Amino acid sequence: MFSNIEKLGGRTISVIEELGRLGHFLLTVVTSLFSRPFGWKELVKQIAFIGARSMPIILLSGLFTGMVLALQFYDVLARFGSVDLMGSAVGLSLIQELGPVMTALMVIARVGSSTCAEIAIMRNEQQFDALTCMAISPYRYVMVPRFLAAVISIPLLTAIFNVIGIIGGYIVGVFIKDLSGVAYMQTIIDTITWSDLRMSIVKSLIFAVIVIWIAMGKGFYVHLEKGVSGAEAVGRVTTKAVVASAITMLFADYIASSFLI
Amino acid sequence: MSDNQTQSKTAQEPSKDQVLIQVNQLDSAYGERKILKGIELSVKQGEILVIMGGSGSGKSTLLKNMLGLMQPTRGEIIIDKMNINTVDKQQMLKLRRTMGVAFQGGALLSSMSVGDNIKLPLRQHTDLDESTISIMTRLKLELMNLAGFEDLMPSELSGGMLKRAGLARAVIMDPKILFFDEPSAGLDPVTSVELDQLILELRKAMNMTIIVVTHELESAFTIADRIAVLYDGEIVKTGTVEEIKACDDERVANLINRKPREVQIDGEKYLSRLTEGAE
Repeated sequence: MFSNIEKLGGRTISVIEELGRLGHFLLTVVTSLFSRPFGWKELVKQIAFIGARSMPIILLSGLFTGMVLALQFYDVLARFGSVDLMGSAVGLSLIQELGPVMTALMVIARVGSSTCAEIAIMRNEQQFDALTCMAISPYRYVMVPRFLAAVISIPLLTAIFNVIGIIGGYIVGVFIKDLSGVAYMQTIIDTITWSDLRMSIVKSLIFAVIVIWIAMGKGFYVHLEKGVSGAEAVGRVTTKAVVASAITMLFADYIASSFLI
Repeated sequence: MSDNQTQSKTAQEPSKDQVLIQVNQLDSAYGERKILKGIELSVKQGEILVIMGGSGSGKSTLLKNMLGLMQPTRGEIIIDKMNINTVDKQQMLKLRRTMGVAFQGGALLSSMSVGDNIKLPLRQHTDLDESTISIMTRLKLELMNLAGFEDLMPSELSGGMLKRAGLARAVIMDPKILFFDEPSAGLDPVTSVELDQLILELRKAMNMTIIVVTHELESAFTIADRIAVLYDGEIVKTGTVEEIKACDDERVANLINRKPREVQIDGEKYLSRLTEGAE
């Protein structure tokens, strides 16, 4: 009984400690945004990695998500005789919710995991110690370009996901279910408002910060992982980073939706 | 502090105006585990000091403290008249630019080529044009016998090459002080001797103050002006190579003569404890 309470207490303390560490990490990254010299070359490299190289999975997942949405909405709307509204249903679902969430999940899977593992390995190989000893801040040199690249790339990827999703819905609606293409597009134009687009942009920005923050922070503190070291610790923090990013992102999605709807 | 150390200090310690690094009453710990206890050390300008000791003696922790990568629980470290534990961030950055560190595994940034790694401090801290930076990098690579390896990635280098590339990066800014962590660890005897010669050449050419952390006796005896022997978190002897060799302290003698600690395995006791555990 007492040992269980002790365990629970110990766990709570370690969770609070980790939250404090990650909070301090984010704060240091944000304050380092303004320090010089700025690593433009590294920023471009990271935008290419996070943004450009994520394009294939964003295009594919966006297309299929839009197609599935169209099938599902057609089935539901047909029961109420409102299939004409399919364009707005697909568009709104994508822009308000599925676009930002699915893009963030794809980026977590592709970029979050590799960023976390890369930073954890850098820590294990004393690369951060080496940077510190060269009077180069690891936050400014390593974290800031990745942070900015995520904040720039993820909203753009979300926008691309939304557009491709709408095209996917169009393919199913117009070519398979014989709906009018003009009507499909017109209902989207008539329904989508600036506040829907704002919700998409705000959510994708919040998700970008969450995804890159947790991936980098978990990797940066790999040496504090209890009971493991080396490759095992890298594997463990990478798994934890992916799970924590996904859960935190979905929680933030609920909070953001409740404020923005 | 042992009698030997006290005697040696009076004979060997440099005068105050020559001292570049001074460690006073340093204690350091990982959580509850105390690693360093009352370390007293001084290093004078242009000297090669070797910190020697067995595994777990606290060598790496002492180095981390001296590099400002770890905060001590007590005591102070003064480098070039600055207390690195209380100095402000800007002064510490200034001080770091006068120090070079060669890490055990090289610690090259894996995402960039060997050449870019070596150029990094120059690109970050100087306004030199790219052609001058390239010439300086080539010169340092030639000095380390790594000419032509500039465009390779760190993953394409052997252990010895990584160490030499790390050393090239550490000295690219012509630092006043060079710290070298385990130069011989994991290297074949020939490469190890080559690195020792390189350390001696660097001191001769650039009048650097060099602090080397190692457990390799031969390497230590070849390069050291003075040796500080660490045992169980304490410095048990500081002296010249001859003084260390002649030292009658059992802990120092055991290290010099490669005499292992006695391990006694009582078979019966072991079995009975196993049985108790099973019950």
